[in-house]
Amino acid sequence: MSGACAIIGIGQTRHAAKRADVSMPGLVREAAKRALEDAGLEWKDIDAVVIGKAPDMFEGVVQPELFLAGALGAVGKPMFRVHTAGSVGGSTAIVASHLVSSGVHRRVLTVAYEKQSESNAMWALSQRFPFRPPIAAGAGGYFAPIIRAYMARTNAPDHIGVQVAVKDRLNALDNPYAHLKLPNITAEQVAASPMLWDPIRYLEACPSSDGACALVLSADEADCKNPAWVHATAMRSEPMLFAGRDEVSPRAGADCAKQVYADAGITPDQLDVAEIYVPFSWYEPMWLENLGLAESGWRAVDAGETQRDGRLPINPSGGVLSSNPIGASGMLRFAEAALQVRGAAGDHQIDGARLALGHAYGGGSQFFSMWIVGSERP
Amino acid sequence: MRPIHIAGFAQLDQVLRDTERDEAEMVQQVTAAALADAGLGRKDVGFTCSGSNDYVMGRAFSFTMAIDGLAAWPPIRESHVEMDGAWALYEAWVRLQHGDVDIALVYSFGKSSLGGVAESLTYSLDPYFLAPLEPGPDVLASLQARRMLDAGLATEADFARAVAQAKAAAAINGQVPDPLDHRVGTSHLPLRAEDGPVRTDGAACVVLRAGGGGPRISGIAHRIDPHQPGARDLATCPSAVLAAEAAGVDIARLDVAEFHAPYSSQVVLLSRVLGLSERTTVNPSGGALAADTPMVAGLVRIGEAAQAIRSGRARHALGHASSGPCLQHNLICALEAE
Amino acid sequence: MSTDPSSPKARPAVTRFKSPVRIEYEVAAGTVTSRFLDGILEGRLEGRRCPSCEKVYIPPRGSCPTCAVPTSEPVDVGPRGTVTTFSVIRIPFEGQVLTPPYACAHVLLDGADVPLLHIVGECDVDEIRMGMRVETVWADELKPTLESVRYFRPVDEDDVPYDQLREHV
Repeated sequence: MSGACAIIGIGQTRHAAKRADVSMPGLVREAAKRALEDAGLEWKDIDAVVIGKAPDMFEGVVQPELFLAGALGAVGKPMFRVHTAGSVGGSTAIVASHLVSSGVHRRVLTVAYEKQSESNAMWALSQRFPFRPPIAAGAGGYFAPIIRAYMARTNAPDHIGVQVAVKDRLNALDNPYAHLKLPNITAEQVAASPMLWDPIRYLEACPSSDGACALVLSADEADCKNPAWVHATAMRSEPMLFAGRDEVSPRAGADCAKQVYADAGITPDQLDVAEIYVPFSWYEPMWLENLGLAESGWRAVDAGETQRDGRLPINPSGGVLSSNPIGASGMLRFAEAALQVRGAAGDHQIDGARLALGHAYGGGSQFFSMWIVGSERP
Repeated sequence: MRPIHIAGFAQLDQVLRDTERDEAEMVQQVTAAALADAGLGRKDVGFTCSGSNDYVMGRAFSFTMAIDGLAAWPPIRESHVEMDGAWALYEAWVRLQHGDVDIALVYSFGKSSLGGVAESLTYSLDPYFLAPLEPGPDVLASLQARRMLDAGLATEADFARAVAQAKAAAAINGQVPDPLDHRVGTSHLPLRAEDGPVRTDGAACVVLRAGGGGPRISGIAHRIDPHQPGARDLATCPSAVLAAEAAGVDIARLDVAEFHAPYSSQVVLLSRVLGLSERTTVNPSGGALAADTPMVAGLVRIGEAAQAIRSGRARHALGHASSGPCLQHNLICALEAE
Repeated sequence: MSTDPSSPKARPAVTRFKSPVRIEYEVAAGTVTSRFLDGILEGRLEGRRCPSCEKVYIPPRGSCPTCAVPTSEPVDVGPRGTVTTFSVIRIPFEGQVLTPPYACAHVLLDGADVPLLHIVGECDVDEIRMGMRVETVWADELKPTLESVRYFRPVDEDDVPYDQLREHV
């Protein structure tokens, strides 16, 4: 059976619409250096590098691990690149953790990034299929009908999406790395913002960000000064379109969650905090149900249960709604979960957090990756 | 480490142009064939990992369409790399060490005929300093070949010998194009068109199993060199040497080496830097010179090395995969007969 | 900045440059899609049934996503169908062909088991609703592409009640 894996260093960039001050190598190094410093290590102490990012068509660089090898100190070492669509930040962290827990490597640096200001993600997400009409309208165009289906299924009132949008942006004010800082945001403002893909409004949608996130993983006792411990990891995939598919609450997400709780030996109510991938505000109540965190997601939101002082704080970092460098967003969720259980989340720390869930999803809600981290060694 | 074996292998015929099948169909067929070869069913698979390339396939998220060929229902444990399937095999090998699953399915697919391979390779170069110059893969390989000649590491006769060996092997390998078929290509001296790969469409699948017999992976490792061709001596391949050492390859006992080297000069380079002796047969399948399916050729090398062992032609074999300009990134999978 | 134009200090620093990427692909429809497109040329929407789960897919697939077996039996579907869910696209973006606002719907064609993603036309975007019955509107000139279906438009039939839509939404 496999051994343990600890997160001993965490770093992220200052996320922004446009980081004109750094190139792609500069962006990933900013996050990687912070993670190394946090771990008290140097580039030479790393045995392997695992990077992850969303489709190569975003920045127009094919197989970027090739040109980033030098910038990430990987020359002469193994370098690996994971790509599982939007969940990639999460699955990259999981692949990296397996390299440690299996004993293949002692210390692994893992980085996920996106430099959206040097890319055209909307174009890449709206590509024409041959022989098909040009229907695709980005990620929002894909998810909007599914959100409508959730609202019909649950009779959720209109204001739920607005509540989540306000919560996450206010949370972001206490996260020095977050992209969107909207200190004056109100429910009225969100509700009045332009409708993009009905029913998703502008202020209910994620931004487009340049950013990177990095983790240093190790299982060596000597390295572990203030570790977060990986208690369980899980991934699940299902086909995107098949007869009878529940697109609102995909079974792959529910199965993945059940597995990760079981492997961690917990029930979901034992979680102190969760960082989950919410790119459009309605996905918070939807994922609460999918993850078994609430029987009625929208009622939990409406009752304030997911606020920082609620029963189960969701996305105290501000989440994807506040920073969305697509390839990194999954790893940011995993990293923020780890920050919480180390007591290192600064102004957005949830007091006493000892057990946290990191969640990411991608594709047509068909790829899920999750991990549970804790302050105690499992 | 848990001992991992190659329990099954299948490849679709690598052809100049496959106009019949889409990704899902290719994956459905090749995974069915590999599982049948292993005597296993889809429900036996504990983890699936694939390799593919959006730019080669002409659309973002192309790997998601291929999932339709797996019967991923109920949902499966699955991952993907935007690399040759050989690296998907590496991820699967690591995943099996976890101990909770015993069988992994690894596949990859690619179509050169769509027309995007040369550009995909060009755009995989440093976007700030190298890609704008648009040096294609043939040009970069020629730079390396020139350096090898100037360094006295090889002669043009060595390159020609590698080409002749590949053609002879291709003539008897029913799963690669007939070497006598007309080839279009340009020369970038000292390399000529025939010193380069036959670009093909295809798919391959390997079934890995913890225990259970079949060729055993005695070691697997990969390493990467500096990206800029000017930052290293192109008449060397340090990452291939490091990977072979880390994989524990015993060169003295190596019977077969399958190199994912799309250029004759690179076949020679790898043979020289790894110190192969006359004992080792290089690329009995014809290698990537005979058929180079993007994202698949490396996985096929590992499969072919395994086949050499299963057929009794070898007791020790290696499958190699490469990526990046001038063999920047190298993976070595060392196999042993049980 | 130095007044000497040849001095390095006289030239502004380069911080960004545009690097266009252009690739042309030649895509073959493949056997399954070719047959589907032949049907389009005849004004028919032809799906395929999986021999294992017996579900009908439109557009047809060579491999059934849940069963991983080749689909075989051709089945004509439509021309009418039901909107199971939809969105109104109001945002402009690069590469967009249609002018917003337009409605994008999941249309479950009669006889099919998965919805088809397409546009709803001849309908005020604010009138679209789940359960609405629609029919195929073909282009004047049929070509081998699903664009030969211009859009779906409402027909004078009662909406399908939500309870009956539930399993598809």
